[in-house]
Amino acid sequence: MDSQQLISDRDIEMLLNDVINLYGYDFTEYSKASLRRRIQRLFSIDKFPAFAEFRYRIKNDPEYFSRFVEEITVNVTEMFRDPSFYQALREEVLPVLATHPFIRIWHAGCSTGEEVYSMAILLHEANLLHKSLLYATDINPTVLEKLRSGIFPLSQMKQYSENYILSGGKDEFSRYYTAKYDRAKFDENLSKGMIVSTHNLVSDRSFNAFQLIVCRNVLIYFDKGLKDKALSLFDESLEKLGFLALGSKENIKFSPIAHKYRQLPDRQKIWRKIE
Amino acid sequence: MAQNRIIPAAALIAIGGSAGSLDVLLKTLPFLEPSHNKAILIILHRKPTDDEVLVELLAFKSAWPVKEAEEGEPILPGHVYVAPPDYHLLIESNRSFSLDASEKINYSRPSIDVSFESAAEVYGPTLVALILSGANTDGTAGMKIVKKRGGTCAAQSPASATTPYMPQHAIKSVQMERVLQPDEIPAYINQLFSGL
Repeated sequence: MDSQQLISDRDIEMLLNDVINLYGYDFTEYSKASLRRRIQRLFSIDKFPAFAEFRYRIKNDPEYFSRFVEEITVNVTEMFRDPSFYQALREEVLPVLATHPFIRIWHAGCSTGEEVYSMAILLHEANLLHKSLLYATDINPTVLEKLRSGIFPLSQMKQYSENYILSGGKDEFSRYYTAKYDRAKFDENLSKGMIVSTHNLVSDRSFNAFQLIVCRNVLIYFDKGLKDKALSLFDESLEKLGFLALGSKENIKFSPIAHKYRQLPDRQKIWRKIE
Repeated sequence: MAQNRIIPAAALIAIGGSAGSLDVLLKTLPFLEPSHNKAILIILHRKPTDDEVLVELLAFKSAWPVKEAEEGEPILPGHVYVAPPDYHLLIESNRSFSLDASEKINYSRPSIDVSFESAAEVYGPTLVALILSGANTDGTAGMKIVKKRGGTCAAQSPASATTPYMPQHAIKSVQMERVLQPDEIPAYINQLFSGL
């Protein structure tokens, strides 16, 4: 990428304003460093000769705008990412959820859904899946199509299987999918209780009362103001004594909702709503 | 508020390393002289499940406070920050850290290239990027941006490295200000930005 042009802050600001005005997506409160890197990356990959042309294309080609959203929102996810987190869900959270007649879980910013399927496997193994609804939402409709298909690259399964075992999984991980060519299709029983929909954490409102909200590695891309706003949205959407689960480097410590929550032991990024 | 008194580091020394670099760091950190203007950022390739053992190990050997870089945290002078495992570490224009969990770069997360590039954008001429022992090409592309933004690049001498490929590759592609033996690194760091 020797020949890459460097994009200025002013360029990015103008582009983000176009995007709000034309498409209603607001990225202005996203962390700048990461956003800049992803915009720069897309600009280089698609070989635009000048930033003005990149901007013009986004303004005038809605299909290219979809690509823009897909590329600048991070869609990297894994099954059973951070196995000790999933172990804590198995041991500390699911036994509490089991006491409810009906379980509602929201995966906010779920991307292609690997973590939603991981949760479905946990619920299945705890014999809770039949009475659970898993809401899976993301800003980006394209990634949700992948989630709906339940098909993931077979090349990842070795890693996922290791994560699964480290999380306390006792079964053969391969019993949950059928391998075909280079793909793994997950058992449809796992996706029966999934409700998949677009939701924008910047602009959309709370839509249900949940016992568990999982939002991992999404808040790291938000500025402080937007992060607090998203956390308040989660707070409004959680039942009392419900659980909020974040990514391994995310925290509610300095947010307005912090005083209402107590963190689970062992430094897991899971908080319980106590008031 | 106390916030108003936080003055982030005016200069940054970003050190990237992989296989064989830990030893060099452990021999460097004890000899750092106090600094009121520069901070050190260490980006080491490590396993995603790595806990805080590395930070503790470095802290034990270091004359400066050592900690894992946290989301939103301002970069303070006289501190050593370590990129957390399984995240890329970026720097915001107000000289604070931000994290990014996007795809691996050069099979690595954290990637040295990602941090070098981001630091170059913010620190420009007050950035020194130093590349240590390692087995892949991570760091080279980042150093090119460091140069472009007026920063300085240096490398551990490949002959002294347990795994010479990483510094070798960087030296081949980027003009280095210095190629250093491990025992020269503390003095080199100490004199950087001393007039700032």
